[in-house]
Amino acid sequence: MTIGLGHFLTLGAVLFCIGLYGVLAKRNAIVILMAIELMFNAINVTMVAFSRYITPNMLTGQVFAIFIITVAAAEAAVGLGIILCLYRNRETVDAEQFNLMKW
Amino acid sequence: MNLYLLGPELSLIGLAFLVILVDLATHNKNVVAALAGIGLVVPAAWAVSLWGQTASSFYGALVVDSYSIFFKLLFIAAAALVILMSVQYSKRFAPYQGEYYAVILLATAGMMFMASTQELISIYISLELASISLYVLASFLKDAKSSEAGIKYLLLGAVSSAVLLYGMALLYGATGSTKLNEIAQAIQESMQRDQGAVLPAIVLGAIFMAGGFGFKIAAVPFQMWAPDVYEGAPTPITGFLTGASKAAGFAVILRVFFVALGNQAPLPVDWPALFAVLSALTMTVGNLSAIPQANIKRMLAYSSIAHAGFILVGVAAFSSQGVGGVAYYLLGYMFTSMGAFAAIVAISERLGSDQIADYSGLARRAPLLALILAICLISLIGLPPTVGFVAKIYVFWAALQQGLLWLVLFGVLNSVISAYYYLRVVKAMYLGAPASEEPLPVSRTLVVALAVAVIAVLAIGIFPQPWLDFGTGAAIVLIP
Repeated sequence: MTIGLGHFLTLGAVLFCIGLYGVLAKRNAIVILMAIELMFNAINVTMVAFSRYITPNMLTGQVFAIFIITVAAAEAAVGLGIILCLYRNRETVDAEQFNLMKW
Repeated sequence: MNLYLLGPELSLIGLAFLVILVDLATHNKNVVAALAGIGLVVPAAWAVSLWGQTASSFYGALVVDSYSIFFKLLFIAAAALVILMSVQYSKRFAPYQGEYYAVILLATAGMMFMASTQELISIYISLELASISLYVLASFLKDAKSSEAGIKYLLLGAVSSAVLLYGMALLYGATGSTKLNEIAQAIQESMQRDQGAVLPAIVLGAIFMAGGFGFKIAAVPFQMWAPDVYEGAPTPITGFLTGASKAAGFAVILRVFFVALGNQAPLPVDWPALFAVLSALTMTVGNLSAIPQANIKRMLAYSSIAHAGFILVGVAAFSSQGVGGVAYYLLGYMFTSMGAFAAIVAISERLGSDQIADYSGLARRAPLLALILAICLISLIGLPPTVGFVAKIYVFWAALQQGLLWLVLFGVLNSVISAYYYLRVVKAMYLGAPASEEPLPVSRTLVVALAVAVIAVLAIGIFPQPWLDFGTGAAIVLIP
């Protein structure tokens, strides 16, 4: 059996869903942030696979993946900063305790 | 590559760094604020000087046309108003005012890039430049509420950009390009090849992208973050989120859906119907949830969701009148919401409260302030002689031309519902008994912000024609 585009796309889709599950089911804000990283990496797999199989002469997908990695790092830095600030105020990072504002 | 075309954005980013440098050298934070505010003249003048041109740069990734310049000027005006509102307010996070102004300028630069990109990678980067700056700004007060707003905004924003990216990946995989015009062509060709059938990857990708952008504009069902973030964020930033961030989201949605996905005949998917359903849901949910709110910032958050619904009526019309109406609506809504939030900043500065009940009898303590807030709320309802009235008429008329009578009826009904909760604030201010007779002084910079906003609300509403021409001039780029 040869490994083709479909395998990579399936891997990407499965990883994306695992990440989404983590975001919805986990309570610790840092774990949620990690699950989001997983979603971004699933997209990177998809991007690079498309780049390799759909446009083999161009690097569009790879370049896109590099930008996603960079932006995700910036996002994680800001996220951890806000979590730190929240911990100082509330002494918890449990997402279910973030309930000062509710409708 | 023509860097001259990028002048407005580059000069704005340069200004942001200059603000940080000057902040290191001086302890007088008013100087920093003045630099940030007056420095906006450079990008604004540069953008005006580019008006009327159509040119692209960076291999077609960035484009300068009247559509992008319209939005650039809108964002610069919003940034100027936010800076004016912040001079007094930002004392709460001393000594970090310099960083605060710099991040506002960077967020504005991100939004300006959003309005002028026509390529998926740069759409994503500019969207994140604006979003990450806004996450920082939302949590700038560093108290429990503001940090909670920041983390909610960041986590939900990151998930929505992941969904958006997955949509972009599918679209790129199905068409082999990240440029919007090449995507449009590839979709057209694949439809011709398959006798009108559309690749499922294109439909799925487009829907994921609509979800990601829907988060930016707080459309139902992606609106859950808005009330909490708007309530917890510093009030000037709440104004910035409603006025500028929403407009940036619409600028991208219009460009993506008109250039890449809606350029084919017949349409690959019935986008007008999709947007019409989203619009009806968004305005109804926003308005009904606004009714029981006791905190005015939270009430205006739900009202901004409702307004996203009204603006989507123009998108659903899917015509050049519709896009022109959307542009005009966004311009008017920016000034209206900025005026309302400037008034809220002025009031909470003295009362220390955002509860509607505490606004009781305000008209006797601060007659002008109450009048300005009342005018802005009337514009939000959509009554003459304000800009909200003309904007709604124009958007509804564009939808009627396309036979969307049910949606227009929905919109009118929703406007009537919305009058109830806006007028409740006006009633409290004019008919309620004041807690004390002590007058409320307003700082000078806030007076300027309030005056500019309320004059714009009335002037654009009473003399709409040049502004409508301005909006349609922008729209014509997308649909000739």
